[in-house]
Amino acid sequence: MARLTESNVKIAREIIGRYPRPKSATIPLLHLAQEQDGYVTNEAMSHIADLVGCTAAEVLGTCTFYEMFKMEPVGKYVINICGTMSCALLGAHELMHHAEQQLGIRAGSTTPDGLITLEHAECQAACTEAPCLQVNYRYRFRVTTEGIDQLIDDLRGAKLTEEIPPHGTVARVRQHIPVNVGVGAVDPDTVSTAPAWLAVKEEAK
Amino acid sequence: MSESSATTSARPRRRVVNLPAHVGPTRASAYVCEAVSCLSMQSHDVLLGLGERVAAAGLTDVEVKRVGCLGLCAAGPLVQIPETGELFAHVVPDNLGGIVEALAAAVPGGERVPEAPFFSRQLRIVTENSGRIDPESLEDYVASGGYQALRTVLSTMTPAEVRDEIARSGLRGRGGAGYPTGLKWNTVAKAIGSPKYVICNADEGDPGAFMDRSVLESDPYRVLEGMAIAAYAVGASIGYVYCRAEYPLAVSRLHKAIQAAGRSNYLGASMLDTEFSFEVDIRQGAGAFVCGEETALIASLEGGRGTPRTRPPYPAVAGLWHQPTLINNVETFANVAPIIRKGGSWFAGLGTATSKGTKVFALAGRVVNTGLIEVPMGTTLREIVFDIGGGIVDGRAFKAVQTGGPSGGCIPSEFLDMGVDYESLIGVGSFMGSGGMIVMDETSCMVDVARYFMDFCREESCGKCVPCRVGTTQLFMLLERITTGEATMDDLAQMERLGHMVQRTSLCGLGQGAPNPIFSTLRYFRDEYVAHIVDRVCPAGVCSIEPAPVST
Ligand SMILES: Cc1cc2nc3c(=O)[nH]c(=O)nc-3n(C[C@H](O)[C@H](O)[C@H](O)COP(=O)(O)O)c2cc1C
Repeated sequence: MARLTESNVKIAREIIGRYPRPKSATIPLLHLAQEQDGYVTNEAMSHIADLVGCTAAEVLGTCTFYEMFKMEPVGKYVINICGTMSCALLGAHELMHHAEQQLGIRAGSTTPDGLITLEHAECQAACTEAPCLQVNYRYRFRVTTEGIDQLIDDLRGAKLTEEIPPHGTVARVRQHIPVNVGVGAVDPDTVSTAPAWLAVKEEAK
Repeated sequence: MSESSATTSARPRRRVVNLPAHVGPTRASAYVCEAVSCLSMQSHDVLLGLGERVAAAGLTDVEVKRVGCLGLCAAGPLVQIPETGELFAHVVPDNLGGIVEALAAAVPGGERVPEAPFFSRQLRIVTENSGRIDPESLEDYVASGGYQALRTVLSTMTPAEVRDEIARSGLRGRGGAGYPTGLKWNTVAKAIGSPKYVICNADEGDPGAFMDRSVLESDPYRVLEGMAIAAYAVGASIGYVYCRAEYPLAVSRLHKAIQAAGRSNYLGASMLDTEFSFEVDIRQGAGAFVCGEETALIASLEGGRGTPRTRPPYPAVAGLWHQPTLINNVETFANVAPIIRKGGSWFAGLGTATSKGTKVFALAGRVVNTGLIEVPMGTTLREIVFDIGGGIVDGRAFKAVQTGGPSGGCIPSEFLDMGVDYESLIGVGSFMGSGGMIVMDETSCMVDVARYFMDFCREESCGKCVPCRVGTTQLFMLLERITTGEATMDDLAQMERLGHMVQRTSLCGLGQGAPNPIFSTLRYFRDEYVAHIVDRVCPAGVCSIEPAPVST
């Protein structure tokens, strides 16, 4: 729980290398830090600041803006119950109430065993499947109160470990663009000419 | 429908698709929908089971394949036999006999659209491949006409000719505001500065809308092809797709598509053996609705808080890293390849005078057939809600349809025969937005609806400008007072005044549009507000209001 590990620093440098301005890598690196520790630690933020060349306060400022970044430990599973229009019309409130009762916690907090965090969410873009929720950003559709009970049982019984990766890993999809097909991070400060192909094409007429 | 199946017990990890290869020409095929909705209802098991059953039945001329969204999400999991047009709904993995029989009996006669109005009333351009091709197969995309447009562009057209073709088509941005796409491309192309960038806005967050997710999940190559053509037209070599992180399936399919396209020279250096180079990277957001606003999106890409800034300068002139930047929506890019393939005039022949082509809508709420639909611009609300949507559930009465998300409004039944386009929606006090359509019946309280959207805006306001940060919270509190029966008519007047101020003085579209749900419900359903305030009753029976104290 701390700074980025050796191997994550390697990944971080690769991500930074894709941008002409290192600071642009801040959000991917925050995702990486969250993947490592389950939440974003202060040490990781300072480390990111060092890596991208800005102040820790700037990284903190960015981090706190985004709902997905957690500044303190959350459950292994974060349940987001959508409460926006379509879901609200079809009983999202009752679902949330039921979930709170079943888990014995209020929305926005974590069960004492550290397994489940319950949260309100804005539209999760599955309005035809209302009411819906996401567990670590994996969908559950047309959820009923029995469905919630079942879900909680399954999470407690570790039955969904294969299907639902732990919280914090949602940005694991990383790109490795082979150097021979990549165009590379072109620094707008050093390059200011139009791409070579453009002249060829415009003249082709 | 088997609503509980979505949340039932553990399922085995997704197994690798290893379907029996059929020999010779295909006589019949089974298209198994693997969009996220059907996937959550075990459609992957349906796919595998069907493969086994078909093999066991010795049907060597039958192909079983995974496809993207078939559209009728409410009836999933879906399996379609395109040769006969048969559509199987609510398919369960251990009851596939009927489908296997139908496959054995199918007589090839070319593709037919299923006869139900849900399908026959639609016109598919953006979603033409959804439910037809395997979204993870480049070969499938190419076989269905994919990358023809890019080939044509790179081999026979100059960038200016491409821009002219897009301008001729009359295509307007599908991200909400409807800015003419050709005009935007020209501005970026003519802007001074290099390098230039292309950004695909896939931060879809409008409540009620999920067409961008569906396009990325069902046909990711189409978006990449559109972006490549755009990059060529404006003189850019680098593109980013800024995608909502809450869409892991879309991100993963897009990622696979970028990899495969790169391997086959549809992306990268010297594409398709020409001088043109274009690279695409995915950027995942981190859960902020406002990052869909273009200047906020750029701030986020640059590593900062996702707050908008004043425009001008527009991103077309000074965008990412202060360079000229083209930002278009997913659906906008998805229209590009068909326009090049069939010509701008073809596209301009569809739709209405000011709004060309089609629009994808997410039909949701109290309607029978919920799902993603694509119709020509100008299709009436009645056709959408009653013919395609199958009417209101439980045979109740239609009350209103909400379009345009938190910047939009509620359209009452008197406008059911209005054709839907950018202008007509604004004319009735609503907005196109990204295409959400939430149908409401008499069980919905319009004040409560306004309160929901204001809650959303208050929650998602970035806090940079005061009118939006403070105004949305104040408006929300006033709406709360009304829905709990504590408000006076003075509060209502105050709410209207404040709404106008927030609308006029906010920095970006979030605040400027936030009072719209209030204005539109006041315009058509003022009596409901008055009933809450004066009579202290909620006519729809949604809000719980203490009865008025009996005066003596
Ligand atoms: C609060 C707010 C949220 C927005 N969200 C999105 C969005 O999720 N997707 C999108 O494409 N455009 C969104 N827009 C519009 C963009 O700012 C921009 O106009 C659009 O991406 C341009 O693409 P187009 O010309 O293809 O429509 C949003 C605008 C505002 C003010």
